[in-house]
Amino acid sequence: MSVLVYTENWDGKFKKLTFELVSYAAAVAKMTGSSVTALSIGKVDESELRKLGNYGAQKILSADADQLSVFDSQASAAIISEAAIKQGAKIIVISNNNTGKAVAPRLSVRLKAGVGSGVSKLPLDINPFTVYKRTYSGNAFAHVVIKSDIKILTLAQNSFDPAETPNNAAIEKFDVHSEILPGKTKRRDIQKQSGKILLTDADIVVSGGRGMKSPDNWAPLVELASALGGATACSRPVSDEGWRPNEEHTGQTGKIIAPNVYIAVGISGATQHLAGISSSKYIVAINTDKDAPIFEAAQYGIVGDAMKVLPKLVAAVKEIKK
Amino acid sequence: MKILVCISNVPDTTTKIKLAEGNSTIDTAGIQWVINPWDELSLTRALELRDDAASGIKSVTVAHVGPASSEPVIRKALAIGADEAIRVNANSPDAYYVAAQLAEVIKKEQFDIIFCGIESSDYNGSLVGGMISEFLGIPSASGVSGIKIENGTAVVTRDIDGGKEILEMPVPFVAVVQKGIAKEPKIAAMRGIMLARTKQIKVYEPSAVEPLTNISVFEKPAPRSACRFIDAENPGQLIDLLRNEAKVI
Repeated sequence: MSVLVYTENWDGKFKKLTFELVSYAAAVAKMTGSSVTALSIGKVDESELRKLGNYGAQKILSADADQLSVFDSQASAAIISEAAIKQGAKIIVISNNNTGKAVAPRLSVRLKAGVGSGVSKLPLDINPFTVYKRTYSGNAFAHVVIKSDIKILTLAQNSFDPAETPNNAAIEKFDVHSEILPGKTKRRDIQKQSGKILLTDADIVVSGGRGMKSPDNWAPLVELASALGGATACSRPVSDEGWRPNEEHTGQTGKIIAPNVYIAVGISGATQHLAGISSSKYIVAINTDKDAPIFEAAQYGIVGDAMKVLPKLVAAVKEIKK
Repeated sequence: MKILVCISNVPDTTTKIKLAEGNSTIDTAGIQWVINPWDELSLTRALELRDDAASGIKSVTVAHVGPASSEPVIRKALAIGADEAIRVNANSPDAYYVAAQLAEVIKKEQFDIIFCGIESSDYNGSLVGGMISEFLGIPSASGVSGIKIENGTAVVTRDIDGGKEILEMPVPFVAVVQKGIAKEPKIAAMRGIMLARTKQIKVYEPSAVEPLTNISVFEKPAPRSACRFIDAENPGQLIDLLRNEAKVI
């Protein structure tokens, strides 16, 4: 049951979620008594590729032809399935991020492989192969039995701790034989902000709701996020009102995140909001209404006015970071 | 051009989920079934395009895989304004099965743009749209938060890590849709509700497809520990707890 893990790169670099994935693949391989091969597509330096070995990859395949640098889900699925077949991989591990959501279903059809999507822990059983996944937007969890010969697992971000042990894994060039047709899709424009922590990558998130009262009140919230090295988010009414950009909306129909700590400021905690944040390791609620449902989901709470509490929190964080 | 919107019926998003039959399924008593939120937004945008003569979109069809008991949700889509509706007469054991059935329908009926929601709010799989595109061997755009038609070309905006990408898509293609595609879901007007009552729903029998996964049992999430309250006059204590007790900052 050899395990293949697809390690996406961002401008030639891996990030924390890559190492979570490889560590997860290594743990799955251990359960099944097999080994891990990592597959990288696109241009990545040897020194960067070596890092994959430190998280448990025994072999690293690098498919680095020039035409593979631009992401295309059809081409990626073709290459990953070719590698899986060559390696005799029975388990494929991919991230449940945007790329994984585009590639995993295509791979499933190509290989007739069942998918355990958005898994947040190791398989519950190997025979029958059973995984644990979030359903009903976090209101229930399911034991999903994957019956196919090849199994695909997409791992939820920040749900598995990366484990590093120095190891020198072999790096092999992987020649792609699949016919990679030039994509018919034409990219007209790309707009990217750089230097900002992505909400989905952030370990710490400070999020504001309607209780913030006005878009003009956001400065202390943003300051708290930046003092903590975290990202900012918001509830749906806030993004609908245009107080904050759409991509900050966390909740059932917005982003689903699982940071180490989620600080909800002036958010009452409707079911739909909790659906997007309930996998956070810690939830902190700051709200004037002591009966707000957010306090039922939170481990730490402050009943009080955000405008008074936030500046004090910023000061306290600056004090410990001195 | 013709648009297909794939729709799933899901419990209303405020439903308190209860388990039944030895936790092998959810208790459906009292559940209000609705169109999956992203599918509803897709339908709204599809109808806006159809109603804009310049777009060249002639019709909007909805397709659903489900038993006859799920027809109210299809009627709702017709009432909102869909021109035609298709139901594949089968339960939905897993994403692979559902996608295979929808791909068969698309092969028979031929559509130019196929909308699928990014996920259904019940199984949270994010799989069906991508699977349909691979079954049909056609391009897909994932994370689509905007679509317009310019001189017969579909231009989509998709969210990528830290930004947006604008793509020109060749038809046919699958748009896997998320928030932003339409502002508010369109609501059925009385006239639409009356018209929907008499519209035909085309029913297909399912093709023989073997599902690849099944759910053996459900669990309720573990209850969280009780909230520990910190004095609003001394919020610095929170920072201390996050650092020294929770060890997360």
